[in-house]
Amino acid sequence: MTPFTTLSGRACVLAQDNVDTDQILPARFLRKPRDRAKGQDYAAYLFHDLEVPGVAGASVLIAGANFGCGSSREGAVYALIDAGITCVVAPSFGDIFAANAVRNGLLTVVLADAPMIGGDVWVDLPAQRIGFADQSVRDFAIDPARKHQLVEGLDEIGLTLTHADAITRHARDMPAWLQVAPPTNKSFFASFFSKKEVLS
Amino acid sequence: MAIPLKSLNVSGMMTPRTMFEKIWSTHEILSSPDGTSLLWIDRHLVHEGSFHGFAKLGDRPVSRPDLTFAVADHYVPSHARSLPIGDAEAAGLVAKLAENAARHGITHFGLHDPRQGIVHVTVPEQGLTLPGLTLVCGDSHTSTHGAFGALAFGIGASEVSHVLATQTLWQRRPRNMRIFVSGALGPHVTAKDVILAIIGRIGTAGAVGHVIEYAGPAITSLGMEARMTLCNMSIEAGARAGMVAPDETTFAWLQNRPHAPQGALWEAAMAAWQALPSDDGAVFDTELHLAGDALAPMVTWGTSPQACLPVTGHVPAADTAEIRDQLAYMGLSAGAKLDGIAVDQVFIGSCTNGRLQDLQDAAAVLRGRRAVVPGLVVPGSMAVREAAEALGLDTVFTQAGLTWGMPGCSMCVGTNGDLVAPGARCAATSNRNFVGRQGPGARTHLMSPAMAAAAAVTGRITDVRRLA
Repeated sequence: MTPFTTLSGRACVLAQDNVDTDQILPARFLRKPRDRAKGQDYAAYLFHDLEVPGVAGASVLIAGANFGCGSSREGAVYALIDAGITCVVAPSFGDIFAANAVRNGLLTVVLADAPMIGGDVWVDLPAQRIGFADQSVRDFAIDPARKHQLVEGLDEIGLTLTHADAITRHARDMPAWLQVAPPTNKSFFASFFSKKEVLS
Repeated sequence: MAIPLKSLNVSGMMTPRTMFEKIWSTHEILSSPDGTSLLWIDRHLVHEGSFHGFAKLGDRPVSRPDLTFAVADHYVPSHARSLPIGDAEAAGLVAKLAENAARHGITHFGLHDPRQGIVHVTVPEQGLTLPGLTLVCGDSHTSTHGAFGALAFGIGASEVSHVLATQTLWQRRPRNMRIFVSGALGPHVTAKDVILAIIGRIGTAGAVGHVIEYAGPAITSLGMEARMTLCNMSIEAGARAGMVAPDETTFAWLQNRPHAPQGALWEAAMAAWQALPSDDGAVFDTELHLAGDALAPMVTWGTSPQACLPVTGHVPAADTAEIRDQLAYMGLSAGAKLDGIAVDQVFIGSCTNGRLQDLQDAAAVLRGRRAVVPGLVVPGSMAVREAAEALGLDTVFTQAGLTWGMPGCSMCVGTNGDLVAPGARCAATSNRNFVGRQGPGARTHLMSPAMAAAAAVTGRITDVRRLA
C-alpha cells in the first residue's frame, strides 16, 4: 500500500450530509475490473450521477457528515483513489467506508467544522494538521492504529501472519460446536416447510 | 451475604457483561497497544462481488476454506435459469466466484445449487449462522445474522482478503447500544416498521460506531425471520451490527438445520447459548426506548432511510436544502399525504424482506385481488421459493398479475439488470432508497411486504390496515 504522509494540492467541496457509497460509486460499476497495472481503474465512475464541482484534479474532498454511509463497497474508495483524491475531510464517516479507506491509503480526517471551501490545501499526517485555502490551520485527531498503518503503508496481512502461532492456538481452543458441522438432515426443508408447520 | 446468582457471569467475575462483550472476549486473540483487537472469525461469507478480495489475496492460500462459504446472489438473473446468463459481465462474475471457490476448496452455493439464494437468507437457513459466533461478509447487510445472537458485520474487500488469508480481522471495539421496544406491535405493524421507526428517530448516523442490541417484549415476540429483518437494517442506522439475544424461538428455529450442531455438540452449544444473553445490570453506552404499541406501518418519502414517516403522515415541509433536494428527486410536493401517492411498480424481495413470512404477508393482501401496477416478487432463496410454491403463494402472486422470480438480490440493488426506470416510482420491501439505488433516477419508497402488496393492489401508497 502507498504510504500517506503529507499532501499539498487542491480541495473540492461536496456540501451534503449522508453521501452514501451508492453516490460515490453507483452499483452498476461494481462489476468493472480494476487492475491499475493494466490501466483499468475506477476514476471515471467517481460521483458518476452527481455534480461535484472541481472534482477533476482535486486531491482532497471536503464533505458533509456521515460521508460514505451505506453499502460496504470498497469500490467507493477505489474510485476516489483512482481519481487522485487521497484525503476526505468530513464531520463523520460511515464505519465501513473509513475502515476501507485506511486499507487503501486514503486518509479520512474527522473535523466538525472544516471550512467548506475549495482551493489550496495541505495535510501533514505525522503532525496531524491540515491547512485550508482560507489560511486556517487545524489539528485533527486520528486513531493511532490507522495513523500508523497509513504512514507506514503497512501490509496488514503480512503483519497479522507474524501472529500465526497465537491465531492457531486460539483456533484450536474454540469450542467444537463453533466449527461447521457436516451437513445432515438433507430432507430438513421438506419437513420444515410442510404446510402444517408454516401455517401454524 | 449471598451473591445474587444472576450477577455472576461465565467466568465467575462480578461485572455484568453485555452479549456483545461476551462474544468479543471469546474471540479476541490479541489486543494491540493502539487499542485494536485481532478477532477470530467463525464464518466468512463471500459472493460474486468479493472478486476484489480474492484478487488482493494474490498467491496466498485461503486459511480456513471450511469456515468460508460462497453464495451467488448479486449478479444472478431473476428469470428462468435454464439458459446461460445473457449479460456477459454478470456471467463472468458468477463464473469467477465458482472458479475462486473451486480453487480454494470453498463450499459454493452456485447458480444451480438448491441452496442458492441471497447470502443473508440462505446461510441462516442452512444452520450456518449460530448464536455466539463471529460472522463477516463483504456486504453491509451482514448485520442480518445478528438476529441469532451472533456478532455479524459487513466488511470491505481488503478485509475480505485479510479474513481469507488469516481467518481473523483487526477491529477497534465498538460501543454498545441497547434499543428497548416495549409493548406489542399492532396489526400489520412488522419488524420492517420497527426498524424504519428507529432509523427515523436516530438517523442514518445515529448508531455509528455502535453494536445495537434490540430488546423488549416487542422484539422477543418476533419470529426469527422478523428478527433478521430488524437486524438487517441496523447498518441503515449506521450501526456496526445489530443483535437479538437467543431464546427458545432461536433454538427451535435452529434445531436440525443441515449444518446445526447435533447430539452432544448441540447440548454443548445450548449450554453456551443460554449463557449468552446480556447479564442483568450490564451497562450499555447508549440506551433508547421505543413504545411498540404506538408504531404504525412506515413508509419512506425521501432518499435516505431516515426520511420515513407513518403512512398516515404527510410529506414534510421543504424547510432545508436537504429536504428540497430529496423532494425534487422524488417528485413530491411538501405537505402531500403519503397515503395516496401513485406508484408505477412494486418490488417484493431482498435480504430484508425476501423470506417466507414476508411472502406470506404479501400474499395475504394479494389473495383474490389484482395488482394494477406491474411488480416483481423475488424469493430470498431456493428453499423459500420451494416453500412458497408448496403453499401456492406463487399462484397468488401470478394470478394477481405479478412476476414470480428466481432468488437473488435483484431489484434491491439492480446489479443483475433488474432496474427501475428513470423517474419511475417503486414501492419496495428492500433496504435503501438512496438516489439511483434501484437505477439512475429511480424513486424508491421503502415499506413492509404487506404495504407493498397493498400498493400493488391500489397503485398507490396505501395504509394496508384499510385494505385488510
